[in-house]
Amino acid sequence: MKKRELIEMYRMMLLIRRFEERCAQMYGMQKIGGFCHLYIGQEAVGVGAIAAIRPDDYFISAYRDHGHILAKGTDPKPVMAELFGKATGVSKGKGGSMHLFDLERRYMGGHGIVAGQIPLATGFGFAIKYRKQDQVVVCSFGEGAVHQGAFHESLNLAKLWKLPVIYLIENNRYGMGTPLERASAVWNLSQKACSYDMEEEVVDGMDVLAVCDVVKKAAARAREKGEPTLIEARTYRFRGHSMSDPVHSHYRTKEEVEEQKQNDPIARFLDKLFKDKVLTEAAAKKIENEVKKQVIEAVEFAENSPEPPLESLHEDIYA
Amino acid sequence: MAEITFREALNQAMAEEMERDPDVFLMGEEVGYYQGAYKVSQGLMERFGVERVIDTPIAELGFAGVGIGAAMVGLRPIVEMMTFNFSILALDQIVNNAAKLRYMSGGLINMPIVFRGPGGAAHQLAAQHSQCLDPWFCNVPGLYVMAPSVPKDAKGLLKTAIRDDNPVIFIESEVAYGYKGEVPDGELLIPIGVGEVKREGTDVTIVAWSKMIHVVLDAANNLAEQGISAEVVDPRTLRPLDEQILITSVEKTNRCVIVEEGWPYAGVGAEIAHRITTNAFDALDAPIARVTGLDVPMPYAANLEHAVIPNAERVIQAAKQVLYI
Repeated sequence: MKKRELIEMYRMMLLIRRFEERCAQMYGMQKIGGFCHLYIGQEAVGVGAIAAIRPDDYFISAYRDHGHILAKGTDPKPVMAELFGKATGVSKGKGGSMHLFDLERRYMGGHGIVAGQIPLATGFGFAIKYRKQDQVVVCSFGEGAVHQGAFHESLNLAKLWKLPVIYLIENNRYGMGTPLERASAVWNLSQKACSYDMEEEVVDGMDVLAVCDVVKKAAARAREKGEPTLIEARTYRFRGHSMSDPVHSHYRTKEEVEEQKQNDPIARFLDKLFKDKVLTEAAAKKIENEVKKQVIEAVEFAENSPEPPLESLHEDIYA
Repeated sequence: MAEITFREALNQAMAEEMERDPDVFLMGEEVGYYQGAYKVSQGLMERFGVERVIDTPIAELGFAGVGIGAAMVGLRPIVEMMTFNFSILALDQIVNNAAKLRYMSGGLINMPIVFRGPGGAAHQLAAQHSQCLDPWFCNVPGLYVMAPSVPKDAKGLLKTAIRDDNPVIFIESEVAYGYKGEVPDGELLIPIGVGEVKREGTDVTIVAWSKMIHVVLDAANNLAEQGISAEVVDPRTLRPLDEQILITSVEKTNRCVIVEEGWPYAGVGAEIAHRITTNAFDALDAPIARVTGLDVPMPYAANLEHAVIPNAERVIQAAKQVLYI
């Protein structure tokens, strides 16, 4: 991978981290409302996966979506504005944190119902095949979604019809406060692919390059052979399920969270970039400053943007 | 003008639109090789190929969602529900995705999709296979709901639905597929939200849709023999509702009966009654009467089922009730 690409991946992970930290702060100040699920800790999964596909490939995900839309290349300003519920937001203030969209960049949305986006992703794959095009679809969801019928129905259809879809489980180990072990009869989730005779992969979701490699392989399989893949990326969220939830409480210990933070995907990647002499301390500092500025500008933009006009209430219901 | 069945009218509508636009395709259980559970898609697979007439496994949530995803990126799916009873399995996709994604994305997403299939009771299929879900869908902003009663409307509305960029719930009827009616030759498009007076009259307005129109027309014939002139109004589209045609008719007759096959509680008829009382209160000479399916799950036994579904006799009684005779 080219040096420039590696640096861009690092920059994106850091942008997401700083963006999310600022979201937490803005949530505390009640500038952001509703449910707000932060991506902190999981950055390597979204950034690695999106770095592995083309700009015209589709990406769709669940409600922990800020990182995904940023990684797809959307300007942080309208993303933050959406969180603020402003007219300049990516969804004109009608979607909020869980429902970000950028169709131009083929980011097909954050979706609020667990597993609800998985059939949609399968439909994009269907349309690609119908039109004899060569894009692929990456569909991200949490490990909690694996128990929904929508997941199983979709995997069956994708394999049956040979659709170019990559199903990416972001296994952060907890569906809200329920650990995988209390929710799933099978703990190795990639095994679910066996039921559909589908290719399966397991990857360290804290290693951005490993994620990128495995998604590249799956994308090639999808593009060339129309074969779907199920990938389980094992990751961890450092914050609570949403901003309304504690980081740790009855369901996981402080010690566990602290231990996982030793495996921070951004720190790990930065170490590697230093060791491989891709980045110098000075260059890293420069990126840090640029990212910080970008996030501050996003907040300023959101802050200074107008609220959606009341007339917009009745717009966008029907074409 | 040719006389064809309701089934043939639907088949023509799909075939013409698939011929016209390569983005239109049909997907559902048994639509291809089996030729459709009710033979609505007969011959389409042979004509358009298995790429465009797609048999699915029994996975309503999954294939409804696949259709919605395909519509989001520009295809124009017709998703057949073998019956609308099974659409309950797909409700999350229909309500949360098809109906709302345009709004939630601030208008970025188009949703040119039709969900079609039979609703209501057939004969002795019992509670899970005999129900009218019309009000469930009518309740949701973002959906259009069509419930045609005759072959002409079925063809014209389905073609319009397929060309529209919004999600359309298109409710047919198992027992009406064989009904015959005249359908004009050539291109036929009926606009969304425009009703039709199916029989003109002066004494009482009777509102109905889908197969209840036929029950009401029987009742109207009978009433005519008794010297009562009933006007039968078919809104054809339940959402949006053609309020004007209802108001105009009630202003003429001053009396109104609303007939629906489904349950009374929060039924479509309740909404129609509300709109008429709100907009034509002064024209009413009697409270609006409703004739509905009884408020019970549909029983199996033929005599019990017969007692549940509205019939001409109950419509006649209701008409006389609002006429105080």
